[in-house]
Amino acid sequence: MSIHTKTLAELALGLRNKEFSSVELTRALLARIEAAQPTLNALVSITQDGAFAQAAAADREIASGRGSTLTGVPILHKDLFCTEGVRTTCGSRMLDNFIAPYDATVVAKLKAAGTVMLGKTNMDEFAMGSSNETSFYGPVRNPWNVELVPGGSSGGSAAAVAARLAPAATATDTGGSIRQPAALCGVTGFKPTYGRVSRYGMIAFASSLDQGGVICASAEDAAIVLRAMAGFDPRDSTSVDRPVPDYVAALQMPLSGLKIGLLKEFFDAGLDAQNERRIREALALYERLGARLQEVSLPNLPLSVPAYYVVAPAECSSNLARFDGVRFGYRCEQPRDLTDLYRRSRGEGFGAEVKRRIMTGTYVLSAGYYDAYYLKAQKVRRLIADDFDRAFAQVDVLMGPTTPTAAFELGSKTADPITMYLNDIYTIGANLAGLPAVSVPCGFAGNLPVGLQIIGPHFAEERLLNAAHGYQRETDWHSRVPPGWD
Amino acid sequence: MADTSLDAAQIGAIAHLARLDLRPAEVPVYQDSLSRILSLVGELERADTGGVTPMAHPLSGSVQRLREDHVTERDHHERYQLNAPRVEAALYLVPKVIE
Repeated sequence: MSIHTKTLAELALGLRNKEFSSVELTRALLARIEAAQPTLNALVSITQDGAFAQAAAADREIASGRGSTLTGVPILHKDLFCTEGVRTTCGSRMLDNFIAPYDATVVAKLKAAGTVMLGKTNMDEFAMGSSNETSFYGPVRNPWNVELVPGGSSGGSAAAVAARLAPAATATDTGGSIRQPAALCGVTGFKPTYGRVSRYGMIAFASSLDQGGVICASAEDAAIVLRAMAGFDPRDSTSVDRPVPDYVAALQMPLSGLKIGLLKEFFDAGLDAQNERRIREALALYERLGARLQEVSLPNLPLSVPAYYVVAPAECSSNLARFDGVRFGYRCEQPRDLTDLYRRSRGEGFGAEVKRRIMTGTYVLSAGYYDAYYLKAQKVRRLIADDFDRAFAQVDVLMGPTTPTAAFELGSKTADPITMYLNDIYTIGANLAGLPAVSVPCGFAGNLPVGLQIIGPHFAEERLLNAAHGYQRETDWHSRVPPGWD
Repeated sequence: MADTSLDAAQIGAIAHLARLDLRPAEVPVYQDSLSRILSLVGELERADTGGVTPMAHPLSGSVQRLREDHVTERDHHERYQLNAPRVEAALYLVPKVIE
């Protein structure tokens, strides 16, 4: 077995048993990253020097008998997490020259746990996109078929893990940006409960929806990383002060008696027939493992996309007001006056989709429209969250597809924003309600991976990881590597 | 809210509010796509939201914490200003505002 096809759990064990050193592992993965870059474009920055320094330090820790599970394990960070002294672009021309002056809490925690940062992953600009085509640094390509998109916005993280360039990559999810690319790339993507992982140092898109998480090959690997990422952070006023359970210990609980709700609204006319078959096969397997299935209806869920495309742009237009060409980021040449400085720095520094969302947000927040759009959307958001609450009074988890279809061709959905937005039709609900959710590979539609989505109540991370791991013990979809990348 | 189409002047007004300079060729593109987005979000009208409290935060009942009012950070302005387009004497420079 090649070193790069080992899971994170296997790599961690190999490091501890001194089968290989962190420097050797780092060298092997950096070589894969370099070789893959012209094809996949999964990274914005490769941090080779820092990686070797961190790996050497990790090897010294391991040699002295210290260190934790993650000591010496190489990972990637989405280029939305601030990394001290390292360029942090958020996929935008606006931040092309931005060197973060501090670490995001997630980065600091994973650094303290001994991980080695190999680089920063490509993404949709400011995390606004579902195909990774809005990046200033060009699209990421799907390792299963390089003519197809990897999904977005964490497309670089998903493609890199799928191509086995790294065993784990951090990611963020505002409307599906962890789960949707994980599904399209055949990897496991975990979005925790809102407030479970600190947002400090995560460049903000929509602050009431954004949540950091992780993309890995398996749920077991996700549990290991999440255990190190999660936790209370006084620097994030929405961070939740409650202890982090041992997610790894929770993996072994049996699935018998698990009550699964089939999300009726997710099996709609938009769901591709092959994807639906794979999802129903996965549900049948859960039933054989002792779980009980029942259909559950969330009548307001079809309004998720409209509600999201008011709430998220509104928060985006407020958050992105900070990019003014004055304190950091892009500044236009020869501004005539202060207003010209703002207008041209922003007009030239932001890409088309970011400008579209800022303008949508500005409009729905403007005088005369605030009640009709913004307040209305916040009320519908409440109805959707109440639907989830009622469902979780009956079942332990909800299941359905992560996406309506498998990966699609580059350029095929860029002409009409609505077509693109509808890719997230099954993922947005969990963000609006702040719920944890995971996408798990569950087979193929043709040659392309399909993702099963599992959604749980607030802070049910253990239950979700357990349900995902129980499925992955019985199947090998999560260990399939795209042809040519094995 | 039934007619959701926006004209060029409205796009210009929104862009100004958002402090975004648009090239003339961008105006019809945003006219078209924003009109479509507003048509999509117009579906919200279908929902009966009488008596529903707006939800601003996904963890209901949680209160934003306050902390003690004392200094926790040291002055890092030099490091932060390394990212600034123009700085002089620790001040951010912008075009002249008052004649």
